[in-house]
Amino acid sequence: MYVAVKGGEKAIRNAHTLLARDRRGDTSLPALTLAQMTQQLYLSISRVMAEGSLYDADLAALAIKQARGDLIEAIFLLRAYRTTLPRFGYSQPIDTATMLIRRRISATYKDLPGGQLLGPTFDYTQRLLDFTLAANGEEAPATPQTQAFEAQERVPRVTELLDDEGLMEPDAELPEDHEVGDLTREPLEFPAGRDLRLQNLARGDEGFLLALGYSTQRGYGRTHPFAGEIRLGEVEVSLFVEELGFDVPLGEMTVTECQMINQFAGSAKAPPQFTRGYGLVPGQGERKVMAMSLVDRSLRWQELGEEATSPAQDEEFVMSHSDNVQGTGFVEHLKLPHYVDFQAELDLIRRLRAEWFEKNQKTTGETADLEAAQ
Amino acid sequence: MTSSQGTSPRGAPSTGEPSARRTAMATLANATIADLEARLAAHPLPQEHTIIRQPEIGLVMVRGRAGGTGAPFNLCEATVTRCVVALPDGTTGFGQCLGRDKHKALLCAALDAYWQQEPLQEAIESEILAPLRNIETKRKEQTKAEVAATKVDFFTMVRGE
Repeated sequence: MYVAVKGGEKAIRNAHTLLARDRRGDTSLPALTLAQMTQQLYLSISRVMAEGSLYDADLAALAIKQARGDLIEAIFLLRAYRTTLPRFGYSQPIDTATMLIRRRISATYKDLPGGQLLGPTFDYTQRLLDFTLAANGEEAPATPQTQAFEAQERVPRVTELLDDEGLMEPDAELPEDHEVGDLTREPLEFPAGRDLRLQNLARGDEGFLLALGYSTQRGYGRTHPFAGEIRLGEVEVSLFVEELGFDVPLGEMTVTECQMINQFAGSAKAPPQFTRGYGLVPGQGERKVMAMSLVDRSLRWQELGEEATSPAQDEEFVMSHSDNVQGTGFVEHLKLPHYVDFQAELDLIRRLRAEWFEKNQKTTGETADLEAAQ
Repeated sequence: MTSSQGTSPRGAPSTGEPSARRTAMATLANATIADLEARLAAHPLPQEHTIIRQPEIGLVMVRGRAGGTGAPFNLCEATVTRCVVALPDGTTGFGQCLGRDKHKALLCAALDAYWQQEPLQEAIESEILAPLRNIETKRKEQTKAEVAATKVDFFTMVRGE
């Protein structure tokens, strides 16, 4: 247990001066600008926005700069900042079918309506270090090619294609009067609804979800997944304003979405069909949405009448340990002074040892007496 | 400005008047501050409005839907700046946009107010909103054309041949 301590102000002040100096590094080099970071490190920005659960690229850049590139520290800074702002309300649910698509792929349909659009992806790169990026005066990248396209107001999701035949599980609706759970407002309670699970996973640690998703593929709660569709792009966000009586557009937001399709042989509760796991994050986070949709599907075992055998299906385990700010707080608090606690432990161990040796000596003595008598 | 918990109608409103106003608001919210200022420099607004709610930065909890079409859930918060102005005749203008740009929210609110004035609406539509829509459309068309060039046709190899 941590016991409050006093003093150390001067040492702490000096330590923070050192930190500020080290954060800045060599002052003969120019300082990073936030614009450079939002433009050139967008995937770090995305991760901090997703797990910080705050969509604001400039704030994420500031947090990463202040945290010296430690993304979890940056996520912590964003979470702390958001508590200083008033909440204006809840947006209308975004509609990803109306997305301005920058990437869209499916591993289940070769010729899906609307086409497979690779977009800006690391896929099919050879993962060789590109030393031209290390050279001074990096060359300007080539101008992207363009091609004629069909105008489409709405790009249907892959999961809608099989809907007609009943082969694809429909999206679950909740009763009209169901209040959408918000874990920034109420503490988590179990069992949690899918709304709370999705919110928890959307802000959960990418590494943790990746490991859990991977474990389901390796056999710990097998879900037989296919990447039905992954899409990246911009959607409109709008807010219903009572004074105006309509939902007011606030601008566009970048999101990544994943529809995982899973083979399902049927159970007492549901017929054989394709079931689904869902992933959605702000910014560009493909690995995260894929892992999220694997874990979302695993957590649905009860609803689908499956057997729970694995960590990724354990709602309480997953949701209680997915948050890296909470995890960091509890792990890192071990650094703080535990002197009083440790003194008490020290006394206890001394007493136990004394008792142990005394008892052991007595037993050894008795054995020796016995041997002598024989 | 408060928002109800999911009781509001989905999608665009049905009445004609707010729909045109909504379209104007969307154009303003999507414009960059630089483009907005450039249009206002070329076509200055009257300066008769007073601020009745100072530009304020806050949060909106953005919602998604499970599976894309199912029950709503809370995805993450986003920063939003909002502002309300009034004209001498009592017309109120609302400005609200993602991000933390107070100046942009104020300009959006003023434009929303003047847009509701019959004599000014046409000029704002043609001198400010149309050019901004033009920029937005060009940007989107460029994105679509670049993305279309990455459209892929995979050939399936037959196994065992």
